[in-house]
Amino acid sequence: MTTYSGLFEAFGLKGWCEAGSSGGPVSMAELLAKTTGKAAETNLWDTPFPSLDALHGACGAVPRTRELTAGIERLFLGIKDPLKTVLDPLTQPLSWAIDGALWAILVLPWWIVIPIFLAVVQFAARSGRITGFVASVLLMLAFVDHYDFAMQTLAIILVCTVICVLFGVPIGIAMARNDRLQRSVIPVLDMLQTLPTFVYLIPLIFLFSVTESKLYGIAIILYAIVPAIRLTDLGIRLVDRDVLEAAEAFGMSQRQKLFGVQIPLALPNIMAGVNQTIMMSLAMVVIASLVSAPGLGALVLRGINKLELGVGIVAGLAIVMLAIVLDRVTKAALAQVNLATKH
Amino acid sequence: MNMNATTPKLSIRNLYKIFGTDPKAMLPHVQAGIGKPELLARHKHVLGLEDINVDMYAGKITVIMGLSGSGKSTLIRHLNRLIEPTAGEILLDGADVTRLSHDELRKLRQSRMSMVFQKFALLPHRTVLDNTALAPTIRGEPGAGTRESARRWLERVGLEGYEQHYPHQLSGGMQQRVGIARALCSEAEIMLMDEAFSALDPIIRTDMQALLLELQRELHKTIIFITHDLDEALRLADHLVVLKDGRIVQQGEPQEIILKPADEYIENFVRDINRARVLRVRSVMAATGGTDGHDRIDANATLEDALERAQGAADHVFDVTDGGCVVGTLAMTDLFKALVPRHARQEDAGGS
Ligand SMILES: Nc1ncnc2c1ncn2[C@@H]1O[C@H](COP(=O)(O)OP(=O)(O)OP(=O)(O)O)[C@@H](O)[C@H]1O
Ligand SMILES: [Mg+2]
Repeated sequence: MTTYSGLFEAFGLKGWCEAGSSGGPVSMAELLAKTTGKAAETNLWDTPFPSLDALHGACGAVPRTRELTAGIERLFLGIKDPLKTVLDPLTQPLSWAIDGALWAILVLPWWIVIPIFLAVVQFAARSGRITGFVASVLLMLAFVDHYDFAMQTLAIILVCTVICVLFGVPIGIAMARNDRLQRSVIPVLDMLQTLPTFVYLIPLIFLFSVTESKLYGIAIILYAIVPAIRLTDLGIRLVDRDVLEAAEAFGMSQRQKLFGVQIPLALPNIMAGVNQTIMMSLAMVVIASLVSAPGLGALVLRGINKLELGVGIVAGLAIVMLAIVLDRVTKAALAQVNLATKH
Repeated sequence: MNMNATTPKLSIRNLYKIFGTDPKAMLPHVQAGIGKPELLARHKHVLGLEDINVDMYAGKITVIMGLSGSGKSTLIRHLNRLIEPTAGEILLDGADVTRLSHDELRKLRQSRMSMVFQKFALLPHRTVLDNTALAPTIRGEPGAGTRESARRWLERVGLEGYEQHYPHQLSGGMQQRVGIARALCSEAEIMLMDEAFSALDPIIRTDMQALLLELQRELHKTIIFITHDLDEALRLADHLVVLKDGRIVQQGEPQEIILKPADEYIENFVRDINRARVLRVRSVMAATGGTDGHDRIDANATLEDALERAQGAADHVFDVTDGGCVVGTLAMTDLFKALVPRHARQEDAGGS
């Protein structure tokens, strides 16, 4: 007899309750009640919230919360296989790209990788000071034997950023051209940006095996693609209407307008989006170490799991330095773009 | 007279433009004579243009004038269909522009009509030379010849040496010179100019007007020029169209409009101008045979010139000549009458 038994009786549902009673394993609360030998109180003070578990006590036909979670799990497992047959081949190239990049960056000797890296930085940022700064950070990381981890992290960020740009910029352009599309995509972007990063991982773990690199690849891309899309959309929409009208008045086709006017004029905004995409990839690749992403994040995780304070701190500092490097380089590249298209 | 002077290059026929959610449904109301304020209040639609009919002749400058919001920009954008009409047709050499397909329309914009904008609208990320060569570049014409002609046009508008600059490095007046060079470089026969000089300060503006007239003497383009400035309109216009609230109030030869304003709106417009400097002898002369032996004056001289020549003599009479032949006579008394605005004259007549 519990608080809510009377309720079911009053509605004449006693028969239904007894017929539907699932029995099932005894809950912890019931067990405790038995061992203390105390009957459930019926005074107002102790009235439990009419939760599923409390109602189940009164009426066996009401499911318990753990049956709800089990049901959701069954649902997921049910749709997992059909979903997997579609998503697996689609996302497989992502695994190949990430694995390939991780393999390439470690198979090449450091005295080739570091100069290539510096050359790219010099080309993008055109600043000796920044190239020098990047060089000193990389050498320092290598000196404390964090070279492999840092390079793994960079390789993952690189692959994910390229994919974010490849998909994000066209999506942003499509949004800028179509108000209805924009209205329907923005809530999705808002959701992707507000979901705590951990939450991404949960459905992904169900869908893909933790040993596949596309698992964390997808998590990173979903999280980091948002600014690339948003700022492309914004940049294209901000293009001076008078200039666009002139392009039209001189007979440009849609394509000529897009590649000759809109994208070049939106480039500063698009590059600002890429900068944010890179920074968000870095944030996510650290968290993705929970689902076996290699790199500096894995070291931080080791520091936490095994209480190896020193390992965690050094890896954490290395991440901070990488973040500064990536931010400086992309900001300098952005300044270069601004210089080239300044109005 | 040749054919060009008798058949218009470009002509607008019964053009209507209504802005709003269902313009076609509003057309009967407008054709029934509902005004702009009433259409807005009762049906929430904006009357942009109402029953516009204008003929524009090859080699002439047609100026469309009106106050802010009178529909000038709307009208000029119909000519190259940056705005689609609600009803009516636009005939270019007899062919209806409103029926062109997308591709035909792009061809037309690329090679037959060019445009100059109030805010210059140059591409900020391209050099002055590349901006000038915009139209041929869009047409996909090969590099060297195009660059050469762009360079020539830049030189023609006085910008040699600035080819590799970017628009933001130039002053407003120089940017608009690029705008004009860009329009000329398309080699289009028709040039649309929407308040092309309104963003410039008065002195630069006068320079640009002179540049335009000088180019026009040489190139004989068909120019449609928008302005809200009467002095500018009078200086440039071969044919003047006055718009008010989307309707044409009066159109004709500028001199004619000053001497015979159609209504109070135009009278107010022309009241404050310096009539002596604007009116020409041919507009006020009597077209009788010459009185031999008298002083001669050119038909295109201004009344100010005539006043100066007569040196204050109120009974002086000139023989008016055009290209050497005597075409009429100008009595100073007629000249004085023309200097007084019509409205004032009517009041005097009524009072006496
Ligand atoms: N897209 C539009 N939607 C609704 N109304 C419009 C639109 N474009 C123009 N109008 C209206 O049409 C009228 C004429 O506008 P237009 O821009 O042609 O004036 P304008 O004579 O060029 O004025 P200005 O000298 O200020 O440039 C105005 O009342 C304006 O509100
Ligand atoms: Mg305007």
